[in-house]
Amino acid sequence: MSELTQTAKPKGAVARFFDSDVWFSFRRSPVTIVAATVAVSLVLAALLAPWIAPYNPFNPASLNLMDGFTEPLSESMMGNYFVFGSDNQGRDVLSTILYGSRVSLFVAVMATLFAMAIGISLGLSAGYVGGVYDSVVMRIADIQLSFPAILIALLIFGVARGIIPPSQHESMAVWVLIIAIGLANWAQFARTVRGATMVERQKDYVSAARIMGVNPLRILVGHVLPNVLGPVLVIATIGLALAIIEEATLSFLGVGVPPTQPSLGTLIRIGQQFLFSGEWWILFFPAVTLVLLALSVNLLGDWLRDALNPRLR
Amino acid sequence: MKRFLLAASVIALAAAATPVSAETVRWARSGDALTLDPHSQNQGVTHTFNHHIYETLLDRDSEGTLQGRLATEWKVKEGDPTVWVFTLRQGVTFHDGAAFTAEDVVFSLDRARSEKSNMKQLHADVESVTAVDDYTVEVKMKGPSPLYPNNLTNTFMMDKTWAETNDVVEVQDFGAGEDNYAVRNTNGTGPYKLVSRDPDVRSVLALNENHWAETKPAVTEIIYLPIAEAATRVAALLSGEVDIVQDVPVQDIERLAGTSGIKVETGPENRVIYFGYKFGEEPLKSSNVTDKNPFNDPKVREAMELAIDREAIKRVVMRGQSIPTGVPTPPFVNGWTPELDAYPATNVEAAKSLLADAGYPDGFTVTLDTPNNRYVNDEAISQAVVGMLGQIGIKVTLASRPIAQHSPVIINNESDFYLLGWGVPTFDSAYIFNDLVHTKEGHYGAYNVGLYSNPELDAKIESLGTEVDLEKRDATIAEIWEVVKGDRVLLPIHNQVLAYAMKDNITLEVHPENQPRIYTVTFD
Repeated sequence: MSELTQTAKPKGAVARFFDSDVWFSFRRSPVTIVAATVAVSLVLAALLAPWIAPYNPFNPASLNLMDGFTEPLSESMMGNYFVFGSDNQGRDVLSTILYGSRVSLFVAVMATLFAMAIGISLGLSAGYVGGVYDSVVMRIADIQLSFPAILIALLIFGVARGIIPPSQHESMAVWVLIIAIGLANWAQFARTVRGATMVERQKDYVSAARIMGVNPLRILVGHVLPNVLGPVLVIATIGLALAIIEEATLSFLGVGVPPTQPSLGTLIRIGQQFLFSGEWWILFFPAVTLVLLALSVNLLGDWLRDALNPRLR
Repeated sequence: MKRFLLAASVIALAAAATPVSAETVRWARSGDALTLDPHSQNQGVTHTFNHHIYETLLDRDSEGTLQGRLATEWKVKEGDPTVWVFTLRQGVTFHDGAAFTAEDVVFSLDRARSEKSNMKQLHADVESVTAVDDYTVEVKMKGPSPLYPNNLTNTFMMDKTWAETNDVVEVQDFGAGEDNYAVRNTNGTGPYKLVSRDPDVRSVLALNENHWAETKPAVTEIIYLPIAEAATRVAALLSGEVDIVQDVPVQDIERLAGTSGIKVETGPENRVIYFGYKFGEEPLKSSNVTDKNPFNDPKVREAMELAIDREAIKRVVMRGQSIPTGVPTPPFVNGWTPELDAYPATNVEAAKSLLADAGYPDGFTVTLDTPNNRYVNDEAISQAVVGMLGQIGIKVTLASRPIAQHSPVIINNESDFYLLGWGVPTFDSAYIFNDLVHTKEGHYGAYNVGLYSNPELDAKIESLGTEVDLEKRDATIAEIWEVVKGDRVLLPIHNQVLAYAMKDNITLEVHPENQPRIYTVTFD
């Protein structure tokens, strides 16, 4: 079979992917297949929320308070049907989860990209330049890594709130969250990239480029970066799961997005007030969604780490 | 012999232990007293705790009626309407054994009026306090002040000698983070003595055997346990770790009442929850209408009142635990009438056409500032109102903050639209008018967040302070309420209902100012 595929020319990117070791190890791991299915369907559901959600919970005008606390799979007093029940504001829990996952995923993805951008640029430059600059950057990373990321995010969130005028708080809330979580997570990226860069820097192709007088920035971005991107991808996937959890934690603590546009963490915060009174569905469904999302992304990250590690092959 | 002794001691121990454990009450609520210095913080939780150790000249019963405590009689001096005469209870001693006399009252009132005191606004009209004899005190006011005794229900009496010995003549400056001996040590005349104190964790009070009251309290020991998290507090009662829980979340009332061995007492609190908005021509900071202030149009205010469904808020958000109202004053307050309390039925269509008449057929946008940890379900109420106003086209952004961050926005008049609650410790309308309605100037209008201003009304409000003819005064109050309600100066939602949960062998009445007194507890 490999004979056949090898003779098929020219090979497109898709074909090359299906021929790769990564795809092979993916097919061999049922857990990963399940995790990927769950993650992809959750992400799709979140992306398509405006089209598949039965109601729009982010439009306060469409809510009716008298729909509140309807049990799952039942009709409210106002005649609306709720699959996962409704919360204390008469919002459909299913729709709120769909819209809420959008907020959670958006914050997590943006925060991870932000952390990557900072981490990669600092790590690359530190690993390549070395010396005092390297020491300073890495000591800052070490200090930051010795604190739990959530504490740092809380601190940054507090400072940002102080800087931004109160009238802007709500419109800026999502961006502040992204910056807080991003700044809390850059150190991992910086460390990994710096280590890989220091290895690459010694290699002949870098020396060759340098002798040819190529601009250091171009060497870094054009030559070194592509070679250190493998481990970054692994950290990014696991970092994404962490960012989802961190966003949920911050929102659970009440410092996240406004309650009229809840993320999964906000929904869990709202729901936990109603555990004793028996309205379990307000907490249960968002919590299960969060667990599934974080777990599946984490499992994917684990698999990617193994798949990209030549020593484990 | 040995065995007999052992048996006897076991029996003796059992006999001694049973009544003691039955008379200890473990009392949990959301927060701890901020300080034990009695004049340092004018704050409900702090007063409630201190009322067990210190006593005031006057007090209120659970109906809100004024009654004597350390004073047995209080009246205006004959021939001088500006002087109040208080006759003191005799035979009262402090916990350290010192006698309670007029010089302690003079000292305490002077301390409460001093610069660093947080109680001073209640005594702003006092000119001087003098001791006539050991058991008579005269308070000279700046003018006739017929309602001054109402201001004395949270002003505690300290021992002058004790204060001087322990260097606590000056009040602790709480805001500046100051500390003094009186913050953790006490010497009051109250029914309990402080045994131990671990702030925010646990405080223990033991019965004062020498208290003046003829009937001794049934509770001999109080263990006070602040538990901030509502679910944890409820769980502690369910698992038998505490006996009384104050601040029961409304959603848990049904569950607790349905649990055998636990009962829930509910009763109205002397506190109204309302929305306020910015007055004046200046455009709102948070609105898409940039050339004028929509709230300044009476039609818009009327439309908002018609859009809000108070019954739905009561039923869903408050689970029946609120008393919807059309006037920003609780029924306990002098000046309240059922006519004022009435509110219009919700009518979304009428609200929409009013809004269109006012020139906003498509509504407008605005930000609503709400606290999320101060009043019962405060954030959920605001969220519900966001939805209701959304139905008539007013698009509201919700800014929800803990009270510590909400307060500065309120006090500095930075809010366009806000939620606030107002308790009335004096049980008189003037307290509401002074702070919420009067133009913000001098010591008036501290919480007039919307900067409403009506000079005619201001003159009437000021006249209440010195009017001696109570009938005439009540007529003026009625006139002021007429305007306040007609102008929709505020948008009241409901009066809060309090719920205390306890083991079912305990009886504790709900106190209208949310200051339950454990010395009134009885056991079945």
